[in-house]
Amino acid sequence: MDNLCKLGFLAAEVLLQGTGHEKKYDETKTGLVLCNANASLDVDLKYAKTIQTGASPALFVYTLPNIVIGEISIRHRFKGENAFFVFRQFDGNFITEYVNGLFENKLIKSCICGWVDILKEDYRALLFLVEKGNPENGTAFTAENLNQLNQLENG
Amino acid sequence: MDNLKEQLKEQIIERLNLKDLKPADIGDDQALFVEGIGLDSIDALELIVLLQQEYNIKLSNAEDGPRVFHSVRTMADYITANNAPAKVST
Amino acid sequence: MSGPVFIAGLGIITCIGNNLSTNLQSLDEGKSGIGKMQWLQSIHQGDLPVGEVKCSNAELAAAAGLSPKLPRTALLSALAAQEALLDAGWDKTSVLRTGFISANTVGGMDKTEKFFELFSKDPAAGKLADVVYHECGAVTGLVAAHLGIRHFMSTVSTACSSSANAIFTGDRMIRAGLLDFALVGGADALTRFTLNGFNTLMILDKELCRPFDENRQGLNLGEGGAYLLLASEKGLKQLNKKPYACVSGYANANDAFHQTASSPEGTGSFLAMKGALDKAGKQPSDMDYINLHGTGTLNNDIAEGTAISRLFGPAYPKMSSTKAYTGHTLGASGAVEAVYSVLAIQHGLIFPNLRLLTPMKEFPFRPVTIHLRNQRVQHVMSNSFGFGGNCTSLIFSAT
Repeated sequence: MDNLCKLGFLAAEVLLQGTGHEKKYDETKTGLVLCNANASLDVDLKYAKTIQTGASPALFVYTLPNIVIGEISIRHRFKGENAFFVFRQFDGNFITEYVNGLFENKLIKSCICGWVDILKEDYRALLFLVEKGNPENGTAFTAENLNQLNQLENG
Repeated sequence: MDNLKEQLKEQIIERLNLKDLKPADIGDDQALFVEGIGLDSIDALELIVLLQQEYNIKLSNAEDGPRVFHSVRTMADYITANNAPAKVST
Repeated sequence: MSGPVFIAGLGIITCIGNNLSTNLQSLDEGKSGIGKMQWLQSIHQGDLPVGEVKCSNAELAAAAGLSPKLPRTALLSALAAQEALLDAGWDKTSVLRTGFISANTVGGMDKTEKFFELFSKDPAAGKLADVVYHECGAVTGLVAAHLGIRHFMSTVSTACSSSANAIFTGDRMIRAGLLDFALVGGADALTRFTLNGFNTLMILDKELCRPFDENRQGLNLGEGGAYLLLASEKGLKQLNKKPYACVSGYANANDAFHQTASSPEGTGSFLAMKGALDKAGKQPSDMDYINLHGTGTLNNDIAEGTAISRLFGPAYPKMSSTKAYTGHTLGASGAVEAVYSVLAIQHGLIFPNLRLLTPMKEFPFRPVTIHLRNQRVQHVMSNSFGFGGNCTSLIFSAT
């Protein structure tokens, strides 16, 4: 895996740990919606260096930002809708609109969404597990809450 | 031939970024794929590039892969059989 | 708010034509645009056929009214997007909300790899101005600014399904009442980065590709751009024109099998196609034509074919892969093939699957190999399956 995949993979592991997610939801009903600003630039640079002497297939495979979704899906057998968007910065409005739409259209019953980005030494993963349920058991899935959490984590 | 196998083990570890392994951990006849070392289809493509770059051998038919890359010994045999002067570092 | 969502404008540029009418003409004449590399500088110039747009960057830039120093992806995107807006009669001074949802996988890489060649030899060499638009989103931003679209923009980057995903994202936003118009699609230019990468995965054909042929050897890479202007009912009224068709169904699923290969059973493909039919409220037997993903790789065609057997058997609709004409245009392919699907509905045409000599032995069906005209084409399914297991199926219907 490249660093973006490792970051997303690990963040998803931490997110799902202890939630009993695999027992609650069918694999075709979990959605994955991720965003970042740098797409796959971190590994693009490494791959580009190998073109002169002999392009590396193991690096080329990762020169697409959505492969991280592929790795998480393979690991957890998720087969639901998945999407990857490139934005200049975290956009809580877009994420909540998009994911709410998936729930409203009954396409998913749970969703892993958020931001996974890396470029050389700078990395950041902010993931949310979204489910229908009692708001007392978690934080309400609203653009304001997402943007606030993003600000907090940004330091 | 022993030098070639040792060299191959070092090259495989380096190219595939197998940080936890040393050449002594890879048996001459140990299966490289699935069981054994547990390499996958993308690693196989990297080994094809290794053959090309280090030994000047072009494996143009990917279907020969499983046979050629089965173990370090089969790789060494293939390299020797293809008469490429093995670039063994002294 | 909800549907229907109409397709009011089309724009396209590929190796078989620089605009909609020349693309249609080439499809109708059975003329593929794949051949020897002419514009891209590569060590593979002699041995890998590609589907290059038959213009230099200077020619593309002049036609688009942009600087020739910009990345080729941006130029292709701008040209196709402009054609779609003009075709629809879209007015940028309208108060209705327009979004630009564009896909690409390669961004400004054609400029970056040239910069990198100089930079890697000497850190002081190379012009930074050449890499300003490297990033996928930067290309979208520059084209949006050029078109005068300010209300909303986003970039989708999910490999070969990117522009198909952009299309249904636009549809969703209109149905949710967030936009009145959505200019959706994508573009990708050929680069050494991509060509060498695909070559090292050993899935390129050294000859012209043969999708769904028993003796296929891989894909040919292509390049291009294509966009559809989607409109709400309100938007369509303002344009005062008859729509081409409407978006009636779509679905996306993950194959969860491998980073770059499809599962042998075509699980992701099956889920995407079935999901699209469910959304459209249609049966498999309602489909008049499937525009296959059909890249010509050993893996895709068997996986896609297997999924089709499971879903459609024993009564199969007509189908073909137009990648035999254009090559695989990667980030643009979903939109390129959406445009072709809409043309099939508009003109009652089924395009042949070129160069198919021996049908695959695994399946009881075979793609169409001759031109079919004066057909009743009401519903078309278009498949786009990308690396990372990202599988999308779109359905377009006559209005």
